[in-house]
Formats: sequence, structure tokens, C-alpha cells
Amino acid sequence: MADVNRGNRPLSPHLQVYKLPVAAVTSILTRVTGHALIAGILLLVWWLVAAVSGPDAFAAADWVVRSWLGFLILTGSVWALWYHLLAGIRHLFYDAGHMLEIEEARKASWAIIIGSVVMTLLTLILFFIF
Amino acid sequence: MRYITPRKAATGLGSARSGTSDHWAMTVSAWALLILTPFFMITVGCAIGLPREALIAHFGRPWPGIVTALFVIVGMVHFMKGTRIMIDDYFQHSARKAAIIVSVIFGWAVIAAAVFALAKMALFTIAI
Repeated sequence: MADVNRGNRPLSPHLQVYKLPVAAVTSILTRVTGHALIAGILLLVWWLVAAVSGPDAFAAADWVVRSWLGFLILTGSVWALWYHLLAGIRHLFYDAGHMLEIEEARKASWAIIIGSVVMTLLTLILFFIF
Repeated sequence: MRYITPRKAATGLGSARSGTSDHWAMTVSAWALLILTPFFMITVGCAIGLPREALIAHFGRPWPGIVTALFVIVGMVHFMKGTRIMIDDYFQHSARKAAIIVSVIFGWAVIAAAVFALAKMALFTIAI
């Protein structure tokens, strides 16, 4: 216990007055989007199984997929997938020892946020054109 | 004097008790999913809105069928290992073990359902 720093430690603010850095927000969102993607994959797998189960089962699943709820889940999943993909690319850079400076991490965070929204809009535009 | 090597002393450490093998598996599946994701989005995007017969014929073709099967299998393995990291962070003791068991059973159930549906579509397409 001799070399414990007792006087000069950074003060830990209260959780509610702690300003989350954008890199922390994007890091948390990586885990959230990864887990939330289960909704989209479950909907699609249900849809596939229903298609081989019979016309009635498919009609029910297809109705959900094409309803406003299905549109919401699938559009949300497209964004979550692009977000998780871009954040995953950053993780591969992190693992290789790059972009670990605060300013780089901040810029990459904004690139992930903006990039995921742009890619989602592009995906939706392409989907409605074709 | 300890005869154990530093490598042996580190084996099995970490919150997952499996050293870095999970991390490496996540890296490999991340690269695979990076390639698969655009193709998966295209093949599903083309299928949404099709009537049942056309949908079965679509996923019965090799490229959409293989891309979709690969995405679900690799994606769910990636999901199970990702959930494992979250479980290791937030749960302890028997709750942790129960959560891992549920997550692995759930993951493989989703894979089995998707592979079954896709295999049936492929076989059905051969029959016609």
C-alpha cells in the first residue's frame, strides 16, 4: 500500500452529472445493436420457416413482414446491422492497435453514426427502386 | 522453481476461462460477416414482397440459399459469443451459467430453423 496515490487522484463525478464521451456512447451502442439484431433475424427466420410450412402460415408471417411493424423492425435492423458493421470495423482497427487516441476515437465515432444513417438511407432507396 | 511455462500459466484465464480463443473466433466471424452482410441484404431485399411460390424458388437457388444459410449460421455463432461476453460482464455464478446455456440453445435453434427452411426450399425447387 506504500505507493498508493492518495492526494492526486481524479475525482469521480456522480453518474448523473457524468458527461458521456461520444466514443463511450458509440461503444455502448455496438453492444445494444448487436443484441437488438435478434429481432430482425427472428422475424426473417420465422418468415422462411412459415414459407415452407404452408400457405396460411406464410400469409401470417408475410403480413407481419410487410406491415408497418415489420417495416419498423426491418428498417431498424438495417440501421443496426450497418451500425454494428461499421463499429465492428473500428474494433478490428482497435485490435490492431490503431485509432486509440482520444481525438481519433471521437472522429471515428461520428463517422460510425453518420455512416450508419447514410448507409441505411441508401439501402432503403435501393430497396424501393428495385 | 516453477516448471510451468508462462503460456501454460495464462491458459484458461480471462472472464471467459478460455483465454483468447473467443476473441479470435469473433475476429474471424466478423470478417466473414463483413463480406456476407451486403450480399445478405441484397438477397433478402429481393425476396421481400414475393408471393410464396416465387419466394421458395428464390431461396431454392444456390446463391440466395447459400448466402442466407451462411449469414444465419455465422451470424448466430457470432451472436452467441457476443452474448457470452455480455453475460460474463453482468451475471455471476448460476445465473451466469443459466444465461449461457439459454443463449447457446437459442442460437442453435435459430440456426436449425433457418437451415431446415432453406434446405426444404432447395429440395422443393429440385422437384419442380
